[in-house]
Amino acid sequence: MSSRGPLLWRIGEVTDLIPETPRVSSLVIDVPDWTGHVAGQHIDVRLTAEDGYQAQRSYSIASAPEDGRVSITVERLDDGEVSPYLVGEVRVGDKIELRGPIGGYFVWRAGGPRPVLLIAGGSGVVPLMAMLRHRRAVASSTPVKLLFSSRSYEDVIYREELDRLAGGEQPPDVVHTLTRSQPSGWRGYKRRIDAAMLEEVAWRKHEQPEAFICGPTPMVESAANLLVAAGYDPTWIKTERFGASGGG
Amino acid sequence: MEQSDLKVDGNAIGGLLREIFTMEVTTAETTCAGCGKIHAVGRVDVYMNAPGAVVRCPACGQVLMRIVQGRGRYWLDLTGISCLEFSAEPT
Repeated sequence: MSSRGPLLWRIGEVTDLIPETPRVSSLVIDVPDWTGHVAGQHIDVRLTAEDGYQAQRSYSIASAPEDGRVSITVERLDDGEVSPYLVGEVRVGDKIELRGPIGGYFVWRAGGPRPVLLIAGGSGVVPLMAMLRHRRAVASSTPVKLLFSSRSYEDVIYREELDRLAGGEQPPDVVHTLTRSQPSGWRGYKRRIDAAMLEEVAWRKHEQPEAFICGPTPMVESAANLLVAAGYDPTWIKTERFGASGGG
Repeated sequence: MEQSDLKVDGNAIGGLLREIFTMEVTTAETTCAGCGKIHAVGRVDVYMNAPGAVVRCPACGQVLMRIVQGRGRYWLDLTGISCLEFSAEPT
């Protein structure tokens, strides 16, 4: 893939739709001549109405670079302009206008020696899932921990796949916190990410980890500040903030 | 909706910056003309609620960049950036 030259709009075809939670679906898109991507990058999706009105949104790529296909995972925001179409209306075989891959800051390539801490809030897990899938695809042994904050058990995106990854070979350490409601018998965390939780979950500063935090702006800024307070160098921490709710 | 709800970061305008610079810019480093702090473009604060994008320094809040697009043109105000540093090699 090239990070130089103009970025052209392309037409991709939806080849699969995967419901993830009641409000979230993944779209697998076949993009002719896709030049590949790095885990953590995103695409821009553009919808054009019959009257010519256009709405554009960015979506993180969920699939591993090794996958060959491009998948995105979209949360439906009822007052959004784009997500209600992508979650609910779009059908297999439909064409979607997109451009990418975009971004070079919030990316991770397997192979480095440093342990990795991934912190996600809600659909902020999507680019981090691309990193976990990439790690799995190349059989990387880099130690990885994921701390994933969701509202409820039903809202945990990729829940079954995360369970499988955590039970597989060279598993990532997956820790959930459910902030609004918990199933009966839940023994995990049930609060927002705080200093005590990071103290228990995060790599120690002497391990010189890399951290990737993605989610709503307040959650990302809070977690990043807590890690700095715990002794992380700010340059170890990469963040991606998508506003309060994802932008629609 | 509060102001923080509308705040995203430089990653969100990666596509727009790519249109303008025809290269990946989120890894470039900006020096704030106000406070002198250096941040990756992916790390800076971005507000999309204005008629365009307003990019601010996460350290001091000064406007680094304003980008407006319309009628087939771009308006790019870079007065808040004293230096933009990026690799000469494609990554």
